[in-house]
Amino acid sequence: MPDALPVVIVGASMGGLRTAEALRRAGYSGPVTVIGEELHAPYNRPPLSKDVLSTGVSHEAVAFPARAATADVTWMLGARAISADLEARTVTTDDGREHPWRALVIATGLRARRLDLPLIAGRHCVRTLDDAMALRDELVPGARVVVVGAGFIGCEVAATARKLGCEVTIVAPGADPLIRPLGAELGAELRRRHEAHGVSFQLGRTVAAMLGESAFEGLQLDDGTIVPGDVLVEAIGSECNTHWLDATDLDLTDGVLADAALRAVSTDGTVSHDVFVVGDIARFPNLLFDGVARRVEHWNIPTDTGKRAGAVLGAGLAADGSFDEVVAKGFTPMPAFWSNQFEMSLQAYGLPGLGAGDIRILEGELSGAVAVGYYRAERLVGVVGLGLKAELLPYRQEIAAHAAS
Amino acid sequence: MIKIEVDMDLCQHYGQCVFEAPNLFKLNDDDKLEYHAEADDSELENVEAAVDVCPMQAIRIVE
Repeated sequence: MPDALPVVIVGASMGGLRTAEALRRAGYSGPVTVIGEELHAPYNRPPLSKDVLSTGVSHEAVAFPARAATADVTWMLGARAISADLEARTVTTDDGREHPWRALVIATGLRARRLDLPLIAGRHCVRTLDDAMALRDELVPGARVVVVGAGFIGCEVAATARKLGCEVTIVAPGADPLIRPLGAELGAELRRRHEAHGVSFQLGRTVAAMLGESAFEGLQLDDGTIVPGDVLVEAIGSECNTHWLDATDLDLTDGVLADAALRAVSTDGTVSHDVFVVGDIARFPNLLFDGVARRVEHWNIPTDTGKRAGAVLGAGLAADGSFDEVVAKGFTPMPAFWSNQFEMSLQAYGLPGLGAGDIRILEGELSGAVAVGYYRAERLVGVVGLGLKAELLPYRQEIAAHAAS
Repeated sequence: MIKIEVDMDLCQHYGQCVFEAPNLFKLNDDDKLEYHAEADDSELENVEAAVDVCPMQAIRIVE
C-alpha cells in the first residue's frame, strides 16, 4: 500500500503551510504530515518586530487562517527533525520516531544567528513568536536597549523599542544601517531619520565583550567604548536549518540547492523527483534575473516557492500527464518586501542587492518620499520606495518585463 | 458567492492583492484600496491568492 505513505513536510511555517495547500489545490488527496519544531501553528512573522512588541498581540492575531482544503493535514508540532534518509525515505524526529514518506518537502527555514557570548539573562533575538513575547516583557519605558545589527530586524526593533519609551543604541559594523540591501545614500537617510527619533548609533564597531555576570549590563566595543544596557537584542542575520540533512548527498552549500521546479539537487547535480525545497532555505534559480541559484529571504518567497513545489509535486503524484506541462511553466517570482520604522514605510520589489553598483533616484527626493532604482547592466533589477506605494507599481512591471527575455 | 472582508485598520494599501485578483481589488487615485465585498465562486483561487500575498494579512474570506 505505497499510497498510504504521506507527503511529509518538514517545517510548519508559511512555506510548509502553502505547500500543503497547493498540494490539495493540485488535486492530491492522500495523507500529508507537517512536522514543526515550534508549538505554534503557522503564523505571520513580520509583526514580530513591530505589532507583537508594541501591542502584545497573541498567536491568534498573527496565525494564518486555516482552510477547509487542508483540514485533514496532520500537524506534528513540537517535534524537531534530526535526520533524513533519502534512500530509505524516512525522517527521524527528536522524540525518536521515524516517519516514512512518499515525498519529502524541506521547509525548515532559518534560525537567528547569535553572538558567541555566555547565555545570561537579558539576551534576545527575534525570530519566533516566543522570542518576540519574551522580548516584549522587557521593553518597558526607560529600559536601555542595545541592538546589535542594523538590518531590517534591528532597525524595526529599534524603532518599536523607541516608540515604547526605551533608550536605544544600535551597534553595527557598517558605516550606516541597511547599506547592504539598500545602498549608502538610502542607509544614511534612514540613519538620520532614526536619529531624529532619538536612536543612538555606534557604527563601524563590533562587539568585543559583554558586561554582566548573570544578567546583561552592557557591551564593550572594539574601540573600548562601553555601551551600558539592560536588554540586548541580537539582530545579526540568520543561519539555515540544514543540520538534519547533513548525512544526505544534497547540495547544502547555502541552504538547499533546488532547480526551478523546487526539486532538491544533489552535490553531483542529480535532481530528485521526490524531495522538494521551499522557503528561505531554498537556493533556486529565478529567470526574472538570471539562471543563478540564490536564496531569497523576502516575505513572499515561502508562499511563492510553496505554491510552486506543491503544484509540481501534486502533478507528479497525480500521474495524469500534466507533470511536464506544470514543470515547463517556469518560475519567476517577484521578490517583495516591506518595512515600517517610525513613520517610515518602505516597500521594495526585485533584488536591489543585484544592482548595488548602480543606484539611481527614480522620483522624489531622499529627504521626503522617494523611489530608488537599482540597475545591473542598464536593467532595473530592484526598486525601493520610501513613502511611496502605487507609484512603485510601474517599476515593478519594468522589473517583471524582463522575465524570460 | 464568496464574501470578502478587509480590515482597513490593518490595510497599508500596498496593493499586492491587486495583482492576484484584479477584478476585485484596486488602488484608487489616492493610493487607497477599494474592493468588492462579494465575488463569484469562480474567483475563489484568486481571492485566496490575494489573502496569501497581503503583507498585513488584512484580507479574510468570511464563511
